[in-house]
Amino acid sequence: MFTIGPIGFLTPWLLVALIALPILWILLRAVPPAPIRRRFPGVALLLGLRDEDAETDKTPWWLLLLRMLAVAAAIIGFAGPVLNPEGRQAGSGPLLVVLDGGWAEARDWARRVERAGQLVEDAGREGRTVAVIRLTDAPEDVVFQASDAWAGRLAGMEPAPHAPGAMEDWAEVLPVDRFDTVWLADGLAHPGREALAAVFQDKGDLTVIESPRPVFGLHPAGFEAGKVTVSVSRSSAVDAATVEVAARGPDPAGIERELARAVLTFGPGDARASGGIDLPPELRNRVTRFELPGLRSAGAVSLTDDSLKRRKVAIIGAGPDQEALQLLSPTHYLRQALEPVADLIDGSLGEVLVAKPDVIILADVARLTQLEQDATLEWLEAGGLLLRFAGPRLAASDVSRFEEDPLMPVRLREGGRTVGGAMSWGEPKALAPFPEDSPFYGLPLPDDVQVTAQVLAQPDPELGARTIAALEDGTPLVTRKAVGEGQVVLVHVTANAEWSSLPLSGLFVQMLERLAVSTRPALPEASDLEGQIWVPEEVLDAWGATREAGEIAGVEGAVLAAAIAEGPGRDVPPGLYAGLDRRVALNVIGAETVLAAAEWPAGVVVETLEVAAEKSLKGPLLAAGLALLLVDILAALLVAGRLTGLRRGAAVLAVVGLAFAGQARAQEATPGPRPGDDFAIEATTAVVLAHVLTGDAEVDELAEAGLAGLGDRLWERTSIEPAPPMGVDIERDELAFFPFLYWPVTADMPTPSAAAYDKLNQYLRTGGMILFDTRDADRVAFGGTSPEGQALQRIAAGLDVPPLEQIPADHVLTRTFYLLQDFPGRHAQGSIWVEAAPPDAELVEGMPFRALNDGVTPVVIGGNDWAAAWATDASGVPMLPVGRGFAGERQREISYRFGINLIMHVLTGNYKSDQVHVPALLERLGQ
Amino acid sequence: MTPGSENGDLRTRAEALGQTLPPLLAEAEMLASTVMLGEHGRRRAGLGDEFWQYRPAHAGDAARSIDWRRSARSDAHFVREREWQAAQSVTLWVDPSKSMGFTGAKGREAKGARARLLALALAVLLLRGGERVGLAGLALPRSGRAQIVRMAARLAGETADADYGAPEVAGMVGHGRAVFLSDFMGDLAGVESALARASDRGVKGALVQVLDPAEEEFPFDGRTIFESMGGSLSFETRKAGELRDRYLARLAERKDRLAVLARTVGWHFSTHHTGQPAQSALLWLYRALEGGR
Repeated sequence: MFTIGPIGFLTPWLLVALIALPILWILLRAVPPAPIRRRFPGVALLLGLRDEDAETDKTPWWLLLLRMLAVAAAIIGFAGPVLNPEGRQAGSGPLLVVLDGGWAEARDWARRVERAGQLVEDAGREGRTVAVIRLTDAPEDVVFQASDAWAGRLAGMEPAPHAPGAMEDWAEVLPVDRFDTVWLADGLAHPGREALAAVFQDKGDLTVIESPRPVFGLHPAGFEAGKVTVSVSRSSAVDAATVEVAARGPDPAGIERELARAVLTFGPGDARASGGIDLPPELRNRVTRFELPGLRSAGAVSLTDDSLKRRKVAIIGAGPDQEALQLLSPTHYLRQALEPVADLIDGSLGEVLVAKPDVIILADVARLTQLEQDATLEWLEAGGLLLRFAGPRLAASDVSRFEEDPLMPVRLREGGRTVGGAMSWGEPKALAPFPEDSPFYGLPLPDDVQVTAQVLAQPDPELGARTIAALEDGTPLVTRKAVGEGQVVLVHVTANAEWSSLPLSGLFVQMLERLAVSTRPALPEASDLEGQIWVPEEVLDAWGATREAGEIAGVEGAVLAAAIAEGPGRDVPPGLYAGLDRRVALNVIGAETVLAAAEWPAGVVVETLEVAAEKSLKGPLLAAGLALLLVDILAALLVAGRLTGLRRGAAVLAVVGLAFAGQARAQEATPGPRPGDDFAIEATTAVVLAHVLTGDAEVDELAEAGLAGLGDRLWERTSIEPAPPMGVDIERDELAFFPFLYWPVTADMPTPSAAAYDKLNQYLRTGGMILFDTRDADRVAFGGTSPEGQALQRIAAGLDVPPLEQIPADHVLTRTFYLLQDFPGRHAQGSIWVEAAPPDAELVEGMPFRALNDGVTPVVIGGNDWAAAWATDASGVPMLPVGRGFAGERQREISYRFGINLIMHVLTGNYKSDQVHVPALLERLGQ
Repeated sequence: MTPGSENGDLRTRAEALGQTLPPLLAEAEMLASTVMLGEHGRRRAGLGDEFWQYRPAHAGDAARSIDWRRSARSDAHFVREREWQAAQSVTLWVDPSKSMGFTGAKGREAKGARARLLALALAVLLLRGGERVGLAGLALPRSGRAQIVRMAARLAGETADADYGAPEVAGMVGHGRAVFLSDFMGDLAGVESALARASDRGVKGALVQVLDPAEEEFPFDGRTIFESMGGSLSFETRKAGELRDRYLARLAERKDRLAVLARTVGWHFSTHHTGQPAQSALLWLYRALEGGR
């Protein structure tokens, strides 16, 4: 290969063509640009003028240079230039390419595979056979094959999410013959690495390729003094460095995002750095994983299990705190037991319910108010755990005496019982072993737990099923009942040592733990895990991404315990394992994992991964040549004076480009105008009366004309100045912009879709008003119905319409602007319906109307065909006749007045219902 | 589009333009031979329908000319005089040559189209004012609305093969008025002779030079061969941009010459660009024919 500096040429003889460039220069120079022919009457004035200089006859030098460069780029491009051509040293014999294939390689896996591919390809070119092995795989016989066989397989290789294990096993499956080895290592010391390296050295040359960058590993987070502690290890402890640790988890909307971030600092020589993240419990309980942002590796991720979660527990004692000794306080032992492992919330029941605790403990609280009980029940239904302790108060009260209290698991017998006291027979009772279906099953029973007094459950068919702990004689000690998603648990003794020694024992703490009141210790003991099958829920891949475990089989507890101690392996991938009642995270980096840099035996050549890659310059050069030719086209046009037309085009292009850029930016910052915006702007620039499009063109037209006519009257007579009315498609358009919807009901109108109903109900709830007009008052007498009436029933069935009543004489609609008693439209006899007044509204003596200071009626229903009476054409002339003669015109006038009153009512609400207006109204009414 | 509808189109547009001005009253500097009774008061006593004044009867007045009703109110005899009313003859000439077909930009009217529009609009105004309007060489001056239709048809059908046109003086009524609409890009000798002959016959009028904005700006550059619209003239340059100043100087010189020519014979001269609205030119023409100020 012919090389100049760092560039080599594949076909250097093509460069000879460069000699032709000067000739081309002369040729091109001689040919001037072609003239344009223009028709121009003013030529008569041009005759006789002379060009000032004849130089432009020839092509300008810069244009020539441009063309030369383009041609030169093409020639050089075709000559096949290559940047950094590799001078390869030839080898012989089979080549073994070894990849560690563990999590530590994930961060630069692509480059490693590429490098391995290069090695394989080179070996193929030299006629060597190749084998590629990955140390994370189970050892199998190494077979040397032609390099072609490996090319495809290499690309498909993926790193495993665990460290290479059992390296020495590979030594046994190596071929007997000599071979050379290239080992792409992850830079960490793994057990057996030196031994395997020695074996490779025995077989032939060993070259090691590893990245000099340190490997970082994130240890599982712990919990200490109210803070989450995180620590990070690194493989080369030389310089000071800082790393960031991010805690990620779902936000309240369920979208996973970063919840907190801590910066850890490695001092020079430190292999491990730790720090704390102070997280409020709400956030802490959401954290699903900690990770080193920017590092794509399973070692940079630490999944969290239940050990980080702190439950929120509210402890509520009985009544006001009495100044008794603290050890006698009903809540003292609970606080002692729970303080280290849970977040305690203080306050009254009403207050703590707002904080949505996981558990509420009522220690000897007998009676709850109805309000508290309802709220607690609601919270229980949603999955709360209510833990109640008995006590003198509960025993004395008649809570759950005759009927089971919703907040008690069982009915109680009056008074309770006392055993083993001075005034009673029998011995204090000990606990019976927990039944198998009890959550306490398996807890060891200490001998010294004795119960001297308790409340007794009424025998009940369900009592047996609800008992989860009993005394020796079978008396229930702890009973439980499910309420919705949650449960109520009653401990039949006090939470202090008054009635039993249970709160003094370790069993009490364990029982609380089993009831999921308190939190478990962070690291599961091997004994906790044994005896169960742990099914992976989520597993990590080597890059630190989690995915659903799918069909991966569960593992024995013992195996999982071993994996937690020693790190995951082939059979136990890192991830989240679920047992019966808890989840355990298995992370790549354990709490005690040490990341040490690999040490290689003497005589091993260690290379770094970075190699200046060979890069073909052919493509860029040809592209540059083409670009130059394109520029040449523009330049030639410029020289020939033909760019005038293009100038505008270019300006347009530039403007369009800018617009696109601007738009792109605008889209990042604020969303650009969207399709519905025109509608929104039109509907919101002024008060717009709207009518619902029924699909019947005639009705729609009349409705629009009617609202236009009403709008004119409003404009003339009131300070409401509505814009021209708009038709609204309830399926498609946004309704929130309109204060008022006129809905002429046609018999064949389709029932709105669920989405439209949602919109309509939202509209009605948020203060909109719909005037339903069946337009059938002329045909329908009292109690009768019409197709339109039936359609209205069908449509209104899905609407959130309050109880209605026929409009009372003192309804605010009768006086919002005009004083009215009739509400005629084109028909005068129909009755109209509005939201019913509250039943307790009373007419006060001497007042003309009741005090009905509630909201605007969301619907007005009638059949008087108001739009027909309101409708005017473009010149303001009524479109349809109303009644006869002057009486008819009077009816139209009253109809307009009704419309005005209605819109006033919509816009001013019950303002005229205020008693402040009473004197003025009385005066006007002449009373 | 059929030629008929084109005529109709031209006519409607011209009428629309004409409606924007009050009827044009051409001040008549008369000559007896061309005087016709018309609607234009001459501000002097003469033949006509409108009352002008009473004057005391002198000797020689025919007895039948005495207005007895007026005379009965006083001791003297009065003669009732009527205002002298006359119609003017206006001859329009629109350059039909090929150079008028030029337009410098897509969507802009050709100069010829604009010139025809102006001519016809003027004709509409004049006819409405009761004048007699004709096209030089094409239609004799007549009054009445039918003349508009006739003129529109003649104008639309008129073409010439020449690159540049010279004003036509045939059919011009002596002591009438004339309007020449052209780009005046051709040889000015034709214009000179036409003006000379017109002034010989006592015709006054206006020259309107209709130019395309491209002809005023000369927005060309680069190596260009310019050709006249008919192709009879051609001119090659290597750097059209450098000719701009000299071209513009020549154009200005030509305008000056036309203005001087017009002034010497008592005509008016104006330049109109197709890039501007036609109303301004029509207004100017209206003023020019009306007042001569």
